[in-house]
Amino acid sequence: MDSFDIVVIGGGPAGMAAAVAARQMGIEKILLIERDRELGGILQQCIHNGFGLHHFKEDLTGPEFSERYIKMMGELGILSRLDTMVLSITRNREVVLINSAEGVNTVKAGAVILAMGCRERTRGAINIPGSRPAGIFTAGAAQRLINIEGYMVGERIMMLGTGDIGLIMARRLTLEGSKVIAVLARKPYPGGLMRNVVQCLYDYGIPLLLQHTVVEILGKDRVRGVRVARTDENSLPIPGTEELYECDTLILSVGLIPENELSLSAGVEMDRRTGGPIVNESRETSVPGIFACGNVVHVHDLVDFVVEESEIAGKGAARFVQLPVEKKVTSVALLPGTGLKYVVPQRVNPAKVAERLDLFLRVNRVYGPSCIEVKEGGEVLKKVKRPRMNPGEMERVRIDRNAMETIKGSDLTVEVVEVEG
Amino acid sequence: MFDVAVVGAGVIGTLIARELSRYRLEVALLDRSNDVANGSTKANSGIIHAGYDADPGTNKAKFNVLGNPLFDELCDQLDIQFNRIGSLVVAFNEGERATVEQLYGRGISNGVAGLRIIEREELQALEPNLDDAAVCALHAPQAGIVDPWEIAVAAAEIAAENGVEVFLNFPVEDIDRSAGPFRIISQGGEVEARCVINCAGVFADRIHGMVAAPSFEITARKGQYFVLDKSAGDLINHVIFQCPTREGKGVLVTRSVHGNLLVGPDAQVIDDKENLSTNRDRLDYVRRSAGKISKKIPFNEVIRSFSGLRATPSTKDFVIEESRQARGFVDVAGIESPGLTAAPAIARHVRDLISGIMGGLEEKKDFNPLRRKVIRFMDLPDERKNELIRKDPRYGRVVCRCEHITEGEIVDAIHRKVGARTVDGIKKRVRPGMGRCQGGFCGPQVLRILARELGKNPTEIVKNECDSYILTGSTKYGGIEEQVHGQF
Repeated sequence: MDSFDIVVIGGGPAGMAAAVAARQMGIEKILLIERDRELGGILQQCIHNGFGLHHFKEDLTGPEFSERYIKMMGELGILSRLDTMVLSITRNREVVLINSAEGVNTVKAGAVILAMGCRERTRGAINIPGSRPAGIFTAGAAQRLINIEGYMVGERIMMLGTGDIGLIMARRLTLEGSKVIAVLARKPYPGGLMRNVVQCLYDYGIPLLLQHTVVEILGKDRVRGVRVARTDENSLPIPGTEELYECDTLILSVGLIPENELSLSAGVEMDRRTGGPIVNESRETSVPGIFACGNVVHVHDLVDFVVEESEIAGKGAARFVQLPVEKKVTSVALLPGTGLKYVVPQRVNPAKVAERLDLFLRVNRVYGPSCIEVKEGGEVLKKVKRPRMNPGEMERVRIDRNAMETIKGSDLTVEVVEVEG
Repeated sequence: MFDVAVVGAGVIGTLIARELSRYRLEVALLDRSNDVANGSTKANSGIIHAGYDADPGTNKAKFNVLGNPLFDELCDQLDIQFNRIGSLVVAFNEGERATVEQLYGRGISNGVAGLRIIEREELQALEPNLDDAAVCALHAPQAGIVDPWEIAVAAAEIAAENGVEVFLNFPVEDIDRSAGPFRIISQGGEVEARCVINCAGVFADRIHGMVAAPSFEITARKGQYFVLDKSAGDLINHVIFQCPTREGKGVLVTRSVHGNLLVGPDAQVIDDKENLSTNRDRLDYVRRSAGKISKKIPFNEVIRSFSGLRATPSTKDFVIEESRQARGFVDVAGIESPGLTAAPAIARHVRDLISGIMGGLEEKKDFNPLRRKVIRFMDLPDERKNELIRKDPRYGRVVCRCEHITEGEIVDAIHRKVGARTVDGIKKRVRPGMGRCQGGFCGPQVLRILARELGKNPTEIVKNECDSYILTGSTKYGGIEEQVHGQF
C-alpha cells in the first residue's frame, strides 16, 4: 500500500490551497486527488471576474484564480492524480481510489484533508410540483453546459432562487442572447451577494421578484411554463396569487449542500446547521487526523475565504503529521445563539490558537445596525458592530489571542444583538 | 408479416414478447414511446405481492399467486435485482385487527403459504421505527421488491436477442383487419400481424375499440410518490402497508432494491391519461398518511417526487382474453396492482392463448433465456474490477458520483439490444441521475457519452420522449468539440 503524509481529497481551490499550505510547512509526501480531468474544480466554469479581490488584491476570473494555484502546485512539485475518484475513507485514514490508469487502489495517509466542495439543491429536494419535462437545470449544471461544453440550455428562462451562481448565470444567459424573464426569491431578500444582484440583475434590467416562488411546472416533454405565486411571511405560497409565465427553461439556484458522503464513510461527526463536519480551530474534524476545508465544511460566498480556511486546514494537517503525539487539550464548543444560522469552527482549543481565531458565520435573516457578540457565560469576549447583515453574506469575527487567553473553559456563544439605529 | 404484434412495451408487453420469443414465431413489439417501460411500468411501487389482497377466484388472485414464485428464476435470467424482504400489513388500532385477520383468511383461500399474524412485540422487534400505535400485522415473507422498469428493459433485450423486432415511437393510430390480417397503422409506418396482443396499459380500451365494440373501460388512477435518499433506506426492513380501505391499499413505505426509501401512493382518478404531474396537496396527503406508519420518515431527505397511472378496468378484474368479435386479438388489459407480480404468469397464460389461436407453438432450439450479464462494477471484488479496467479503461472512470456508476457501464447500456437512447434511458438502465444530485453533476457527461456513442450532436440528445430536447444550440463561441475538431 502506498503511503503519503497528507492525502487531499478534491482539487478545487480548497484542496489546492490546503496542499500548498502543507507543503510550505515542509510536508514532503502530499497526494491530491481530483475526479475531474483537470484541477480547479468549479472555478473552471466560473469564467466571470470578481475572484481574488481579497486574497490576491486583483480582480481575476475563476480559471485565472485557479491557474495561480495550479502553478504553485507545479512549482512546489505537489503530486496530483486527476480523473480519479475516491470511493471511501476509513477512520484510520486509508483512502480507496479508482481511476483508469491504476484501477482500484488503497493509499494510507498520515493526515487526510477533505475538500470535496458542495453540490446543488435540486428540484426534488425542494419539491416543486407539476410535470417532469426537460428544461429544468440547476444553475451550476447550466453553467457547465454553457461555459465548458459550449451549448445553450434555453431561450426563455425563468430562474428560481438567488444563489450567487444563479445570479451570475442570469447575466451569462442574457449575454448569450437568452431572455431571462425574471429571477424569483422566496424570501424578502436575495440569497446571494448584493454585488451580484447589482452587477448581474440590475445592470441588465432583469426583474428580481422578491417573495415569489414557482408552485407548478408545466409542459409534457419540454418546460412550457411555470406558475408563480407570491409568498407570505413564512415563505409559503399564497393561494390565489398564481400567475402563469411562459418559458422553455427553469433554472434553479436554491442552495448548495456540502458534499459529505466520504466524510460520513470515515465516521466524521456532522453539524446539522452547516451540513458539514464539526471542525476545530485548525479545521480538524471529530476523527483525529482528518481535516476539512472549503465548501465541504460550510458554503462560502467568496473563494478568497475558502483558501484562507484551507490554509488553516493545510497547516493543521501538517502539524498533525509533524507532531502526531500531542498532549490532549480540552476544547470548548462555539454555539450559534440568537440570530445565527451557524458558526465555524464549532470547537476551539483556546491554548492552540496561535495569533488569532477567525470565526465564520451567517445570520439567519436581514439585520440593520447590530453587534455580533462572542460570550462565555455573561462575559463578552468580543463584540463587533455591523451596519447591516444578511444571510447571503458570510461574516467574519476575529478574536485576538489575548481575548482567547481569558477563556475559562465554558462553551462560547455567538449571537446577534440589534442596536438602535 | 408478423405472427404476433404486441402493442405496448411495459412490463406486461415485454414479458409476453420474451415468452413468445421461445417459439418459432415472428413477433413485433410496438410502443408509442421513445423507450420501453415508459408508462405505468416506470412509475409504481415495485412490489411483488404475496397474494392476499384480491378476492378468491379472480384473475388478480390467480395470477398474483402464480406469478410470485416465478420471480426468483425470472430475475436471475434477466440479471436484475430482486429481494424478498417480506411485507407487513399493519393494524394501527384494535379496530383494524379485523382487516388483518380478513386478509389472512383471504390469503389462505388464495393459496398463499407462510402467512402469519404477528403481535405487537414481535412487530416492534422486526420494525423498530414503526409508529407506537401498531398492534399487530399480517406478515408475508414471500413479498418482494424490484425496480419494475428493469424487468421491462431486460425482458425487451432478451426478446430482441431472440429475434423479436422492436418498434419504438410507434403510436398505434388504427388497426384495420378488412384484408385478413391485422394492419396496425402508425404515422411512421405499418405493421401486419396475424395476432395482436393488446398490452397498452391505460390506453388498452382505445386499442380494443379499434377492432371491436367496447367491452371494458380503463380509468387512469394517478398515484404520487416520494423517493428519499439512500441514507433513509434503512428506516424499515419490510414493505409496510396500512390496512386497505375502499380506495385501495393506501400509502405504503418500502425500501427500493437499490436502497432508497419509497413513500406513496395516493389514488386519484384523472381524465387526462397523459397527465403525470404531481400536486402539492396530494403529496401533502401522502406525507400525512405515511406519518401513520412512522413518524420518523425524514422528509427533508426527499430527492424526487413522481406520479404514475394505474390502468383500472371497469370490470374490476384483469381482462385477459381473446376478443369474440375480433379473433386473434387478445386483450391483456386493466393490469393494475398486483399486475407486476402477475406479469410473468400472465405472459405464460397469453402464450397458451396464442398457442390455441395458432394451433400450437413450436419451440426454437436456439432460444437463449439468459441476458448477457450486466456488469455492476462497484459490486465486483477489487481483483475483478482491476482486471476489467485493464481490459476497458472506461470502467475506471466514475461518471455518476452518487451511485458510483462508471463510463463503461453507461456505454454498455447504450450498445445492448433495445439500448438506451436518451438521458432517462440511461438513468433507467444504469442509474446515473437517480441519486441525490439528480443528474446535476453527471447529466452533462451522460449527454456527451450518448452523443459520442450514437454519433450524434449533443443538441440531438433528448431527455426522454422525442420532443424533450435538452440543449437549444451552441453558445456564440461554440462547443469545445467544434473548436477543436471542427465538428462534434
